[in-house]
Amino acid sequence: MKFILNGQTTEVAAHPMARLLDVLREECGLTGTKEGCGEGECGACTVLIDGEPVCSCLVPLAQVAGKAVVSIEGLHDHPLQQLFMSEVGAQCGICTPGMIMTALSLGPAASLDEVKTALAGNLCRCTGYPAIYRAVLKWRGRATPA
Amino acid sequence: MTAVGRSVARKDGIGKATGEARYADDLVFPGMLFGRTIRSTIPRGRIRSLELKFDPAGFTVADYRDVPHQNVVALIADDQPFLVEREIRHLAEPILLLAHADREKLLAAEVAIEYESAEPLFDPERSTVVFKAIEIHKGDPAAALAAAELVVDGSYRTGHQEHVYIEPNGVIAVPEQGGVTIYGSIQCPFYVVKALKSLLGPDRHLRVIQTETGGGFGGKEEYPSILAGHATLLALKSGRPVKLVYDRVEDMLATTKRHPSIVRHRTGLTRDGRLVAMEVDVLLDGGAYVTLSPVVLSRGCIHAAGPYRCEHLHISGRAVMTNTPPNGAFRGFGAPQTEFAIEVHMDRIAEALGMDPVAVRRLNALRPGDTTATGQTLREDSSALQVLETAVERSDFLAKRELFRGSNRGIGLSLFYHGAGFTGSGERTLKSRAKLILTPGGVRIAVGSTEIGQGTRTMHAQIVADALGIPYENVEVAQPDTAIVSDSGPTVASRTCLVVGKILEECALELKERLGGLGPAEYYARHGELTIERGYQLPDWIQWDEENYRGDAYATYGWGCDVVELELDPDTFEVKLHQLTAVQEFGRPIHPALARGQIEGGTVQGLGYALLERVVMREGAMANAQLTNYTIPTTLDTPDIDVVMLENPYPGGPFGAKGLGELPMDGPAPAVVNALRHLGLDIREIPATPELIDQVATAAARPRDDSKAGSRPREDSPA
Repeated sequence: MKFILNGQTTEVAAHPMARLLDVLREECGLTGTKEGCGEGECGACTVLIDGEPVCSCLVPLAQVAGKAVVSIEGLHDHPLQQLFMSEVGAQCGICTPGMIMTALSLGPAASLDEVKTALAGNLCRCTGYPAIYRAVLKWRGRATPA
Repeated sequence: MTAVGRSVARKDGIGKATGEARYADDLVFPGMLFGRTIRSTIPRGRIRSLELKFDPAGFTVADYRDVPHQNVVALIADDQPFLVEREIRHLAEPILLLAHADREKLLAAEVAIEYESAEPLFDPERSTVVFKAIEIHKGDPAAALAAAELVVDGSYRTGHQEHVYIEPNGVIAVPEQGGVTIYGSIQCPFYVVKALKSLLGPDRHLRVIQTETGGGFGGKEEYPSILAGHATLLALKSGRPVKLVYDRVEDMLATTKRHPSIVRHRTGLTRDGRLVAMEVDVLLDGGAYVTLSPVVLSRGCIHAAGPYRCEHLHISGRAVMTNTPPNGAFRGFGAPQTEFAIEVHMDRIAEALGMDPVAVRRLNALRPGDTTATGQTLREDSSALQVLETAVERSDFLAKRELFRGSNRGIGLSLFYHGAGFTGSGERTLKSRAKLILTPGGVRIAVGSTEIGQGTRTMHAQIVADALGIPYENVEVAQPDTAIVSDSGPTVASRTCLVVGKILEECALELKERLGGLGPAEYYARHGELTIERGYQLPDWIQWDEENYRGDAYATYGWGCDVVELELDPDTFEVKLHQLTAVQEFGRPIHPALARGQIEGGTVQGLGYALLERVVMREGAMANAQLTNYTIPTTLDTPDIDVVMLENPYPGGPFGAKGLGELPMDGPAPAVVNALRHLGLDIREIPATPELIDQVATAAARPRDDSKAGSRPREDSPA
C-alpha cells in the first residue's frame, strides 16, 4: 500500500484494514500521533488527510491509498508548536499533537468562535481550553480574549 | 533577572508539541510482549473453575500462584490482592494475566470462568463494612442547636467522576538483575516501589522510571501500582519486557473514580444569620477495597463545615464498602464532595433567612484569628473575605442577581478553601527528601515529584534558580527514576510546590553557602562533585491530634470564590454556561501562566462534574465506559473564564507560595447549582443533567414536598 506520508512516498505492508493510527505508530515509527480513546471521540490521533483533519483511529489504511497524510512529525518548526508551549496550551501534552493538527485547518483570520468550533472534537482534560485559544489566536494575529 | 513570579520558558522543551516526547505506549523494547488482564464478570462471589480456551503456545499466563511474596497491593490496608485467589469483590477485578508477542492473538484468546455468585451490595447507605470513621467535635452542638432561632437541614449527593486523563494507564516491565525496571505513566514512582516490594519481597532489584505522563488528576496516584505488579508478574515469568496499556474502555471500567457522597447538614442559626451550630454527616462510597478511602474521608470531613466560623459543631464521617471497583484519589480528594454540600446548603440557608448569598457568607466567613472545625486558629494568610468581595465586585454579582430575576438566566457563587499538603502531622511522618546535584554548568534537581502537566519541573527550577542566585537556564531537572532521585513523597495533595518546593529552596540555600561565593561552574571545576540532600521540616507550631481530629489540619489553605452565570433552555433543560469568574488566593504564583492553567483546567473539570459527567453504574460497573457517552467538557461546553489571582504569601512556603492544584476543583459545582437555584430549581445533587433538572422542575410545578426535592433516586440508564 502506497501513500504520501509527510511529503514522502511511503509503502507499507500492513493489512488494508489496519488502523492508520497503528500503521503510523508501529509500522512507520511515528509515535507523535496519540491514542486516547480509539473511537473518534477525543481527537488525540488527528492527522491531516489531503489537508483535512481526521481521527486516524477510525481510518483503515486502505482509505489513504494514494493520499497525502501529514502527522505532527510532518511539521518543522511551525510557529503553532512554539506557541502551544509558551502559552501553556500544552500541559501534559498528550492531546497537543492532535490539537495542533486540527488547528492547522483554520483559516487565516479565525475568530474565537471559529477556533472553538474547529477544536470541538479535540478533548483536553488539563487546560480547560482558554490557553489553547490564546496559542491559536496568537498564531493568527488575533488579540487575546480578555 | 529572577525567575520566580515570571512565566519563564518551561523545562518541558518543545517535545510535547513536536510529538517527540515519549509516553509509555511510545516505548518499544526488544523482544517485548503485550499484556492483557482477564477480569471478573460478576460483582461478588467466588471462582468455581477457570479454563483456558486457546492454544497456549507463545503465551505467558500468570495467576495469583505466580506471586513470589505477598498478593497484596500495599497502600493503607492490606486488603486488595493483585490477582483474585477465589473471592471476587467487584466487577472487572483482575483474575488472570496473559502475554503474547502478537496483539491480535492475545486479544482473541478466550478464558472460560465459572462463578458461584453472591448477592452484591451497591447502596452505601446499607453497607455495614466501614473502612474508616471520623468524628470531629467542637463545643456543644446539641445545646446550640436546641437554642438556635432557626434550623435548616438538607441532604446533598454527588456522583462518581472519572478522571479521563487523555492518556490511559500504561506501564512496561523490563526484567533486569533478577528483578524489574518499570517505565510508566505514573504520579508516584515510590508508591509503585512500595507495592512491588510487597509483591516480590524485599531483596529484589526494583527501579521505577516515570515516562512522560498524559494527565493524572489522582487517577495515576495509586492505580499504577496494580498495572506495574501485573506487568512485573508477566515479565518475570516470560523473561521478556511486557507492555501493559489499557484501552479507554478498560481504563474507565476497571480503574478508580471519585468517591460518590451523601452529605447531610443540620444547621442552627440566629435570625440575623450567624451560624451557631452545625451537624454534618458525611458518607463516602469506597467501593470494594480500602485503597485511599480513609484519607479521602479525612480531607472531606475537615473541609465539610466550609470556610465558615462556627463554635459548636459535630462532623461525623464514614467511608464504607460496596461491590464496585474501588474509588480512589481524584483532584480535591473528598473536599469537592463536602464543599459542594455546604455551599449549596449555604444558599438554602440564605433563602431561609431571606438574605442574599453574599451577605450570609460575609457574615460567617473565616477571618484570621478564627478557629476552623478542628480548632485550628487561622493566621494572616487567610483570605475568605478578600476572594468573596473581589469576585462579587468583579462579576457585578448583586446587580446581575436582580437583573436576571424572572428570566431564564441565573447567577450563583461558591466560597471555598483547600488545605495544602498532607493532613495534620502527615508531612512529619512522610519524611520527604529532595536533592540538588552540582553539574559542570549549574545544578540538577533530583526529586520523585512528577511532571504530569501541571508544571513541576519548571516551578521547581524557578525556586532553585532564585534561591541559589543563578540563571534559570542553568537548572536542570532529572527524570523521576527511583534509582537516582530522592523520595520527595507522592505528587498529590497540592504539596509539590508547598512542601517539595520548600525543601528544594532550603537545599539551594545550603548549597549557596557551601559554594562560598563561587559560582556553581567555578566550584565544580575546582572541587568536583557536590550533592545536597535535605528533608522536610514541618513548622513546629503545627500540632495535630490524629486520635481526636483536633488541631492544625493543614499548614496553610488556599481560598477561592467562583461566580457562574448560565442560561437554562426552558424546553430541553440544557444549561449554557456564559461566564465564570474565578478568584483564587494561593500565596503567590511562582509561574503565573502555569498557575492560571491550573485554575482554568481545574475549573473546567469542576464544570464537567457539575453538569455533564455521569457515571452510570449497572450491576456494579460503569455501563457508559466510553467517551461517546461519558462526556467531559469540550470547547463548546466551556464558558469564558475570568481568572483573578490574589496574593497573600504564606511565610512557610517557597517564596510565599502555597498549593494550588486541587483548589480550583472545589468551587465550580456548587456555584453552578446555586445559579440554577437562582432560577428557582431546588437541586441538591450533581451531575445536574437535563434529566435531573427536568425532574426537579416538574416536581416544583407540583405541590411542594420539601423532603424529596432534588434528591430522588433516578432511573439508572446510560446517558
